[in-house]
Amino acid sequence: MKKGKSTGAKSLVKTLEKSGVEVLFGYPGGANLPVYEALNRSTIRHILARHEQGAAHMADGYARATGKTGVCMATSGPGATNLVTGIANAYMDSSPLIAITGQVPRGMIGNDAFQEVDITGITIPITKHNYLVQHACDIAPITEEAFYLAESGRKGPVLIDIPKDVQTEDFSSQHEKRNKLEGYNPTMKGHPGQIKRAAGIIKSARRPVVIAGGGIFLSDAFDVLAQFIQTTGIPLVHTLMGKSALDNRNPLNLGLFGYHGNRVANTAISEADLVIAIGTRFGDRSTGPLTAFARDAKIIHIDIDPAEIGKNVPAYLPIVGDVLNILPRLVELLQPSSMNNSEWLGYLSDHKKNPPRPKQTELCSADILDITSTYLEDVILVTDVGRHQISAAQYYPVSAGRTFITSGGLGTMGFGLPAAIGASIGKPSSKVVLITGDGSFMMNIQELITAVESEVDLTILVMNDSRLGMIHQLQDYFYESRFDISRFDTDIQFDRVAEVFGCKGKRITSLDQLKDALQGFSHEAGVKVIDCVVGKDDHVYPMVTGSNLLALEEGEYE
Amino acid sequence: MKHTMSILCDDTPGVMTRISGLFSRRGFNIESLTVGHTELPGKSRFTIVVEGNDQVLEQVRKQLQKLVHVIKVWDLNIDRIIEREHALVKIEVEKNEQATILQLINAIQARIVSSSGSIWVFEITGDTAAVDSAINLLGQFKIVESIRTGKIALEHGI
Repeated sequence: MKKGKSTGAKSLVKTLEKSGVEVLFGYPGGANLPVYEALNRSTIRHILARHEQGAAHMADGYARATGKTGVCMATSGPGATNLVTGIANAYMDSSPLIAITGQVPRGMIGNDAFQEVDITGITIPITKHNYLVQHACDIAPITEEAFYLAESGRKGPVLIDIPKDVQTEDFSSQHEKRNKLEGYNPTMKGHPGQIKRAAGIIKSARRPVVIAGGGIFLSDAFDVLAQFIQTTGIPLVHTLMGKSALDNRNPLNLGLFGYHGNRVANTAISEADLVIAIGTRFGDRSTGPLTAFARDAKIIHIDIDPAEIGKNVPAYLPIVGDVLNILPRLVELLQPSSMNNSEWLGYLSDHKKNPPRPKQTELCSADILDITSTYLEDVILVTDVGRHQISAAQYYPVSAGRTFITSGGLGTMGFGLPAAIGASIGKPSSKVVLITGDGSFMMNIQELITAVESEVDLTILVMNDSRLGMIHQLQDYFYESRFDISRFDTDIQFDRVAEVFGCKGKRITSLDQLKDALQGFSHEAGVKVIDCVVGKDDHVYPMVTGSNLLALEEGEYE
Repeated sequence: MKHTMSILCDDTPGVMTRISGLFSRRGFNIESLTVGHTELPGKSRFTIVVEGNDQVLEQVRKQLQKLVHVIKVWDLNIDRIIEREHALVKIEVEKNEQATILQLINAIQARIVSSSGSIWVFEITGDTAAVDSAINLLGQFKIVESIRTGKIALEHGI
C-alpha cells in the first residue's frame, strides 16, 4: 500500500489505539472480518466472548471498574441484535461504551440482505448517539466523536455501524475534522449563584440527608463526597447505584434506601426537612410511591443532566453540573461547619441501622455474604439481578470507589458474570467477587469459558435455590402463587458445571463448608465457583409493601 | 394542552426519526410536523404540533434538547406566535356553481391555482383556524381531494 493510503478497518483500529483502547470485547462474523484483519498488528488485546451480549456486558463491566470507555464489537444482523441488551443496560446506568457493528455492504442495505438488520434504527432509544458510516474517511473522525460523546457529560453508549465495504475501502488518510457539535454542550461547572443558595439552605436545615446516586461513581467523586459528609456531618443514604459512593462502614452512611431500603435510611428520607440529592435520577425503586416521597423536605438536586431535574421529583433548588466540580465549592462555602445535626442524628440512631437478620433454618444469603465479606475484603463486588443482588447491597460492605458493579436501571439478569470478567480484565490486581443467583448465572453461563481463557482471578458465589427468588418473593407477597412459575425443576450443580468449563467448583450446604471453601480457594488463582444451596424462602427484607417508604415488610428476624 | 414546538437542528439523515421517536414512545400522536431549511446552512427547523400533558411535554422538550443533532428547542407560547398553514383543495365545480365559488374564494382569500375542465384546484394560506374555516366553507362543493401542510410558526419580535 502506498504511503498515506489506508482502509476503513485500519483507520478504525488506529483511532481506537489513539483513543487509549487496550481491550476489545468481541465476536467475529462475516461483516466485521476486515476489522479483525486490521487488529492483527494492533496493541489492542481481543477478548473472544461466547455471545455478543456477553461482550457488551464485559465492556460495560470493564468501563465501570476502570472509568475508561469499554469497547465491544459484533458482526451485522444477529451479532448486532445480541448486543442490544448490553447497550440498553449501559444506557440505563450511564456507562460509557462504544459498540462497533459490522453491516452489510452499502449497496445491499435495505435489501433484506443476509444478516442485515437496521441496528442504528433499533438502537436510537438506547444509545446516546449512533452512526452509520458511509465513507472510510469518516471512520476516524466519527470514532473520535463517539468517544467524546460516550465519556463526556452524562456518559452512555454510542454505536458505530460500519458497512463491510466501508471497512475495506481505500482512502488517502488525510484526517478530516468533524464539524463542531453545536447542539452538544454538557454543563459541567454548576451555577455559582445556585451553589451559594444551596449552601444557605443547607446551613439552615435541621434534618438534612444526602442521597448518593450513581453520579458519584461515574464522576469518581468519592473523595469530595467524603469530604462533604465529613465537613457537614450530614447523614447519607444511597441508591443501589450509589452503594460504593461512601465507605459502607462510615457511621454517617445509613445504607440503602428505597424499595428495599433499611428502616433508618427510609426514615431519614421520609422525615428529612432537606434532601440533597447528588447524581441520582430518583428512580422508582428508590422513591417508592412519589406522592409520599420526602414530603417534608426541600430538595436540592445536583445532576449533570438537565433532563433529570424535575423529571420524577420536583426540585426546590436544582444545580446542573458535574458533582466533581460542585461539591468542593459547596464544602468551601460550608466550612467551617456551623451545623449541628446531633439531635437529628440521635433521633435516627434510635432506628435499626442494620438490615434484618431473617430467622432461617436453612442456609441463607445474609449469612453467606456476611461470612464471605470477612474472608474477601476490599473487593470489587459484582452482582447479577434478583434477591441476591439486594442481599449483596445489604450485607456485603464495600469501601468507597469503583467497587460495586450492578445492573441498576435495566435489571439485566445475566449481567453479572460477563461484567465481572470485564472488571477483572480492567483491574487485574483487584479481587473481584461475583454474587449471582442460579437464574441469572444460567443466562450468560457460557462466558465461564471466556473467564478461564482470559486467565482472570474471580470468585463466584451462586445463591442456588433452584428458583427465580425475586419472582418467588413477589408471588408470595402480591399474588396467591396459584401458578408457581418461579421454580426450576432441575437442581443444577454449578460446581460441576464450573469444572466442565475448567474452573474450580465447590458446592456448599452449610456455613462451615462455606468457610472451608473460601479458605481452600484463598490461595488458588483462576475462576472459582462456590455453589451455595440456599433455602427457597430466602426472601430479602426490608421490602416496601405499602404506599410509602416506611410501609416496610421486615420479615421475621432475630 | 396543545403545544407548538420549534426545533432547530442539523440537517442530517435520521434526525427526524430521533425527534419523532421521543413523542411516539410516550404514545403522543403528532398532529402536524413540518420541516425545512433555514437561513443557516446545514440547519433545518421543525415545527411540531402535539397535544399532551404539559409536564410530560416539558420532559420531551428536555430530551429533545439532549439529542446530539438538536441545537435548540422552543415550546412556543401560543399567544406570541405567527403561524401559517397551506392547503390545496381540488373541487369538481358544476357550471351552475361557478359564480358562487368565485364569490366565495374572494371572501376567504383563496386562489385558484389550476383549472382543467370542471376540476379546479384552490390554494389557501392562513393560520390553522382560517384554513379550517376555508375548507369547511368549500365543503359545500364536491371536494375531490385535499391536502394541507402542517403548521409553521415563529414568535413575534426577538
